[in-house]
Amino acid sequence: MDLRYSEADEKFRAELGAWLKEAVPAHGKAPSIHDWPGRRAYDTGWQRKLFDAGYAGVNWPKEYGGRDATLTEQLVYYEEIARAHAPYVGVNFVGMLHGGPTVITEGTEQQKAKHIPRILRGEEVWCQGFSEPVAGSDLAALQTRAVRDGDVYRVTGHKIWTSFAQVSDYCELLVRTNPDASKHKGISWLIMPMDLPGIDIRPLPTIIGDSDFSEVFLEDVPVPVENLVGEENDGWRVTNVTLRFERGTAFASEMYQLQESLRDVVEIAKRVTRHGVVVWEDRALRREVGHLQSELDSLWAMMKLSVSETAQTGMPGLGASAIKLYYTELYQRVCELALGVLGRAGLAREDVGGLPTQDALRRMLNSLSLTIAGGTSQVQRNIISERILGLPREPR
Amino acid sequence: MDFRVNEDQAALQEGIRSFCEGRVSIEQLRELEGKGFESELWSELAEMGVFGLRLPEADGGVGLGTADAVLVFEELGKALVPGPLAWTHLAAGLVDGAADGTAVVGGLDLSDGHGAPYIIEHFENLDVLLLLYADRIERVAPKALDAKPVATPLDPLTPIFEVSEIPEGEVIGGAEDAQRMRFEGAVLVSGQLLGITETTLAMSLEYTKGREQFNRPIGGFQALKHIMADCFVRQEATRAVVYAAGATIDDPLAGDVSRAVSSAKAMAGESAWKNSRAAVQLHGGMGFTWEVPVHYYLKRTRVLENVFGTSEEHADALAEGLGQAVA
Repeated sequence: MDLRYSEADEKFRAELGAWLKEAVPAHGKAPSIHDWPGRRAYDTGWQRKLFDAGYAGVNWPKEYGGRDATLTEQLVYYEEIARAHAPYVGVNFVGMLHGGPTVITEGTEQQKAKHIPRILRGEEVWCQGFSEPVAGSDLAALQTRAVRDGDVYRVTGHKIWTSFAQVSDYCELLVRTNPDASKHKGISWLIMPMDLPGIDIRPLPTIIGDSDFSEVFLEDVPVPVENLVGEENDGWRVTNVTLRFERGTAFASEMYQLQESLRDVVEIAKRVTRHGVVVWEDRALRREVGHLQSELDSLWAMMKLSVSETAQTGMPGLGASAIKLYYTELYQRVCELALGVLGRAGLAREDVGGLPTQDALRRMLNSLSLTIAGGTSQVQRNIISERILGLPREPR
Repeated sequence: MDFRVNEDQAALQEGIRSFCEGRVSIEQLRELEGKGFESELWSELAEMGVFGLRLPEADGGVGLGTADAVLVFEELGKALVPGPLAWTHLAAGLVDGAADGTAVVGGLDLSDGHGAPYIIEHFENLDVLLLLYADRIERVAPKALDAKPVATPLDPLTPIFEVSEIPEGEVIGGAEDAQRMRFEGAVLVSGQLLGITETTLAMSLEYTKGREQFNRPIGGFQALKHIMADCFVRQEATRAVVYAAGATIDDPLAGDVSRAVSSAKAMAGESAWKNSRAAVQLHGGMGFTWEVPVHYYLKRTRVLENVFGTSEEHADALAEGLGQAVA
């Protein structure tokens, strides 16, 4: 049980920290959430800077331009990124965390050569076409059809929850290529260029008021057969490769930020009064903050234990479901506590009375998505109780 | 950083586990109801190194660290081993005979400044009583106290006595020693609470997999599965934070000891209580009977919650620390 980072890890931390100290302020302020060209330029510009400095793709293999950092270095990386308030991965999310790693693992040499360097340099933006109105938690029920027609698949269907579709160059797309096979066996994984004819993107405003999500309607879209990743009808397995990448150290930055959010609660509580007393003097509030601190420390320790285990086995364990479940629900509790402390100031979506209401409200609203996206809390509880605890399975 | 339990630690834990399984079964515990102490068992625990575990080898101890001790106490917690385990362990090196089991040492934590009633566990079996104040440690002879037994203790395996007045004792440690004892005590007891967190979930799983209603195991109903999934998350989070506290005491450069300890004790207390309560609920009517041992765990949790700082007190300490860190 050795908790201390190695000298090499600390050296890496110092170098990265020094670079971020210059690079983050130099990159300027993030554009408005409605300025899509601006957001693409901002996020991909940051990705390019990471690349030039040798910090792009910390978890990517060296032969594909990544840093191939050890898991503890990755943890350090995410800690420092969060500490420095560096730009979030943003529009590069799907390319860097889903599509890219899948192409690296399952793609042909041609596919890799074409996409991987460009994703890493921030020249190519990807989106995800997985979910459908009829296929949410039951993703394998997807119905978007792809019919082989010479050198192309003709794709027709309706995708939903597609983030950053407006500014994407490619879409990692799940389609049904064999409607007669059982639902997991007729799915294929395609790289769909977003400039093909027949693609209609309709933004779907969220409760935050942004339009990061879109519905994507596909009408006879001709996707080249050479864009098939993995074998035809083997897409479900390929997808699971992608999903596994989601469950490593990826939450580490957000966990670190969650600690900052709890500090923000304290800071706000010290600045607002109720019943003529500073809110931080409220013993019940302090106790709740204390319990949350204990739980955040527990979550972080869980992460370290999981990273130590993954470093040995090479594969994130099922425990990642427990971390995801715990992290997202804790996040919501911290956000709700902030809302309570803000009181009437929390009726504003912009800063009022010199309080950071804008951020607090955006975080609170956004937190509601966390227990839905990437497998709902209820699905995680099923996974934990069935695959880890061995309880009887739900009918499927 | 490699936070995993290493091979030596796993072997140590396995040794204690198999000892407890053979020696402290539920049937044997039932025999101890009302007594909560057995001198042969105490000697055997001493022989296993439970009390002298962290004492240097030169002083007759095993020479291991707090992280190792946490693993041992986790097993003691799982098996509900009764007795003033943490106090005697902490007294090793401070009170002659503690390490080898010839002196049974109990204690009363007065560092939080709480007043009467003063409740002392296992009083009639104690050779030495430690008084832990915020700024010192004192030792007193139990016979110097006017103690009256409480006929019906909450935990049938932890007899208690009520003491009306605390005499002055011999000072055997200063403020630093007192703080260290409080930290170490909190972490050891957190280990026991972790053990309870784990065992009560294991009991719930076993019961709900076997119990059938509506022609299916009740463990297949989502309403129950999801309770157990939450128990599992709590168990994993508690394990991580409790191990981290032990490791931080061993290597203070790895983190903030006071914070690590408070996070562990606050979390472990909450988790043991929530998982034992869930176990009562998941066992249905049987969970409310004396025959099913779930209640032993629930009751022991209260004993352990109320020593070396409650969850609430540790939460308050964490909030205090955070409040100071935020200008």
